[in-house]
Amino acid sequence: MTENLIEITNLVKVYGKGEIAVHALRGVDLQVQRGEFLAIMGPSGSGKSTLMNILGCLDRPTDGTYVLDGEDVSRLRKPRLASVRNRQIGFVFQSYNLLPRLTAVKNVMLPLLYNGHQNLSDAECHERAVAALEAVGLGDRAHHRPNELSGGQQQRVAIARALINNPSIILADEPTGNLDTQSSQEIIELLHQLHEQGATIVMVTHEPGLAEHAERVIFLRDGQIVSDQLNGQRRKGGKL
Amino acid sequence: MSLWRTFKVAWEGLTLNKARSFLTTLGVIIGVAAVIVMLAVSAGAEAEIADQINSLGANLIMVMPSFQRGGFGPGAGGRGGMPGLSYDDISAIAENVTGIDGVSAEQTTMQDVKGSAVLEDISIVGTTSGFPQVRDYQVALGRFLTDEDNDRTNKVAVLGYDIAAELFGDSGTGLGQKVKIGSTSFTVVGVMEEKGVVGNVDYDARIYIPLTVVFKRFTNARFGGDAVRLIYVSAESKDTMEGVMSQVTTLLAQRHDVEPSMPDFSLTTQDSIIDARASTTEAFRNLLAWVAAISLVVGGIGIMNIMLVSVTERTREIGLRQALGARPRDVRRQFLFEAVTLSLIGGLVGVLAGVGGSYLFNELGTMRTDLVPASIPLAFAAAATVGIFFGYYPATKAAQLDPIEALRRE
Repeated sequence: MTENLIEITNLVKVYGKGEIAVHALRGVDLQVQRGEFLAIMGPSGSGKSTLMNILGCLDRPTDGTYVLDGEDVSRLRKPRLASVRNRQIGFVFQSYNLLPRLTAVKNVMLPLLYNGHQNLSDAECHERAVAALEAVGLGDRAHHRPNELSGGQQQRVAIARALINNPSIILADEPTGNLDTQSSQEIIELLHQLHEQGATIVMVTHEPGLAEHAERVIFLRDGQIVSDQLNGQRRKGGKL
Repeated sequence: MSLWRTFKVAWEGLTLNKARSFLTTLGVIIGVAAVIVMLAVSAGAEAEIADQINSLGANLIMVMPSFQRGGFGPGAGGRGGMPGLSYDDISAIAENVTGIDGVSAEQTTMQDVKGSAVLEDISIVGTTSGFPQVRDYQVALGRFLTDEDNDRTNKVAVLGYDIAAELFGDSGTGLGQKVKIGSTSFTVVGVMEEKGVVGNVDYDARIYIPLTVVFKRFTNARFGGDAVRLIYVSAESKDTMEGVMSQVTTLLAQRHDVEPSMPDFSLTTQDSIIDARASTTEAFRNLLAWVAAISLVVGGIGIMNIMLVSVTERTREIGLRQALGARPRDVRRQFLFEAVTLSLIGGLVGVLAGVGGSYLFNELGTMRTDLVPASIPLAFAAAATVGIFFGYYPATKAAQLDPIEALRRE
């Protein structure tokens, strides 16, 4: 029996109060095992962004519990949440979110700045960032700035940044949304590769074609999970 | 995050927009430089005044009649009931008090002077031979008044530098010539060195004649005109001042037949005059200090303004940093460090500018400036305080941003 990395029980998120209250999530239950590649789908307004934000510890649920890697993070305060994000979560955004003034390697190093537990020297940080860039195939672009890189390359830098603190989950929000078909394919390949190496990946997308690459797809509508399916052929081992 | 790394991140933020960072710093630079220059200018002014006053004789004690008590009372002993000091007091001090360098007196009357030109309302100073000694003010040509001039009421005059120039031109010396002071003709026996204006007195625009002649010709002796208004006693050194003062008090009290504790005269030193002067320059200095402080505050507001703009512009960056694990205090520190770095650089450049400016003012002779060493750490600390104070609000605003909102911002 594989241990659940993510265990979400009856998750509720309400924005606002009284009559204008918006129920973004209405009781979501979800378990994600270590090493899974999960896609979250749903039309806009379905609550997938809200779920993503809570999964990423950027937001807290109104009700329900979220246990991440054995720690209940649903009631943590801001500073603690920040360090959970730093240690456990690697974000990959649709628009890459690289700092334009920093070189690729400096961008990749950013999460290490906020990692209080490992007192790495500047040289060690640099070494790790270069290693992460090599892992995504950009070892030769370490000292380029984002504007000197293609969209696909920028997203790979962002993935390297997501990997640098060895997070429990990689949270990818429409990772190919800004990319052409060719680059999208490369990014998907990279995510597969990471998955093969054991990474847990949660990807939010509204493209069915992209969701096919995940081994499991959940579908949200009106704040609830309406379907939870395996893409059988991609599932390796394990069970649901 | 370590402080050094926070600083590096803050530095990256500042170098992002160098021109803007520089302009922001300019407010602090000007403020700090102003503090240093203003303090240097007022210290210079004070020192200048002290120097001028001391240049008219060091360790000088001034004895003046005190009209507060006894002046018109019965106890004024043997001097026709008139208050104050007498001509004989001068020689009595010279003979009896030890530890002194010299004694003199000053009695001024305003008269018209006629020579080759007519000069109206000139200060005619009646004095004694000790005057150059006690006031540290020498003759440039000829001789000064002698004891014999006073004893015999010789009608001789020593001209101030400007008076000599006006009456006899730059080339002529005037020695041996006649000048008419009031209705009396005097022979010029000397010309004083150039001294300029000290305090409110233009020493170069005065004429010095024997004190006894002033009594005889200009202030009617019969009606108390021979009362001396000012006696100068010059002590040998700072250390003998106290002793000289108590000796003079005892001697004069005895001569005037009054209690030393309730004298009919008062003693003043140069120091008390300098102190009195200093209190007026202090008001001036306080004003300057306020102006400088206000410019520092304005500089600080400039920093706050730019930091707020910077936080708004970099909202997305802040959101990203938060997503990557920056805690609110990491974000706050980053922006606080930016503000403090700006103000400290401003402080540093301001100190250089202030020190340089003070030096330049001095060198160019615009005005005398004495750099106040304490003003450098003071101004620097003020700059840092300004940075923390005005950086805190924008930094807190940045720290409180919601990462989801911030990341969504374009």
